[in-house]
Amino acid sequence: MKIGISSVGTEGKDLLDRRFGRCDYFQIYDTESKETIAIENEGKTAKGGAGIASAQQLLDKKVDVVITGNLGPNAFMIFEKARIKAYQCESGSVRHAIEKLEKNELKELVLAGPSHQGMS
Amino acid sequence: MNIAVLSGKGGTGKTTVSVNLAKALKANYVDCDVEEPNGFLFLNPNIEEQHPVKVETPFVNTDNCTLCLKCIEACQFNALLNIQKDIVIFSNLCHSCGACEIACKFDALHYELRETGIIEKGKSKETPCMAGILNIGEPMAGPVIRKLMKQVPKALNIIDCSPGTSCNVVHTLKHTDGAVLVTEPTLFGLHDLKMAVELVKMFHIPFGIIINKDDGQNNMIRQYCQENKMDVLGTIPYSKEIAHIYSKGAILYDFTKYKNVFDNISQNLKEVL
Repeated sequence: MKIGISSVGTEGKDLLDRRFGRCDYFQIYDTESKETIAIENEGKTAKGGAGIASAQQLLDKKVDVVITGNLGPNAFMIFEKARIKAYQCESGSVRHAIEKLEKNELKELVLAGPSHQGMS
Repeated sequence: MNIAVLSGKGGTGKTTVSVNLAKALKANYVDCDVEEPNGFLFLNPNIEEQHPVKVETPFVNTDNCTLCLKCIEACQFNALLNIQKDIVIFSNLCHSCGACEIACKFDALHYELRETGIIEKGKSKETPCMAGILNIGEPMAGPVIRKLMKQVPKALNIIDCSPGTSCNVVHTLKHTDGAVLVTEPTLFGLHDLKMAVELVKMFHIPFGIIINKDDGQNNMIRQYCQENKMDVLGTIPYSKEIAHIYSKGAILYDFTKYKNVFDNISQNLKEVL
């Protein structure tokens, strides 16, 4: 299983970013190989549709699960349609978020948050 | 001649000024604040014509689509997305630029029209009125503003703009010959007035300033206008009575006490333009 996590950095110790479409990096952790890769989020600088661009990147990487703070309406709809489960994590490092998911401590995102929350 | 009424800060009185100036100058009133048009609340015109505003949006013919994804690469607005065997289109992000249709080598994309707003025309007593109304939930005001500005008659038009200095205001200013900047003597009013002045200067059109909710003092707006040699076209006093009249949806120009205020502004406006 591949887990995509929105993050401020490229390493496991780096913090999770609560923003989905406007985060700096996505870390993708493979539960079988126990390896993590980090990709730069192309949605970060999008003029609009950041969540869509970000979601497309994760779809292309064939992730099965997403961990983030919140999803806007577009990204939420995309993952629902692609049958990718999204989980909410409020804070902590990426490594911590993965541990929480594995211990079944994260709540599934069942509602989209408001749009444009990641703009800064 | 098109005269834009803009403000920078919201809630300074663009619509109040626009409606009353249209009356005083016997001009047409045009509501270009298509995201929240409110001039008709005061003018209450008989609507005589309604024209839908339609934009082009892509549709996918799945039989022809090879999932080459060139369309997604071509889109600058992230309006297209691939999920498994589908191309999903977010039509409200689409700018109708046509890039995806050109990029598709398999004739799998074509454009169809989608309604995003409406233009209403009517008359309020002797004042001809027009307004653009963007459908709720639509993010792009540009097409409605463009169509509205194409339809304004060749006459004296008072154009009630959107607040701020965003694309919506820029779209409107492209079609105007002069501008009236409405502000209020607060730090926020002054800050946003400066932005509006900068914007208007880019269009090289004459402009003047109206101070609403004026306290009659040598306030920060007066000082700013003096220092920068800008014309103050007039002031509207800070008064509970005006707020009361406004709250009833009545028009200040219909009250003899305030008719003068706008007649004076009109006179000064004619001199500046």
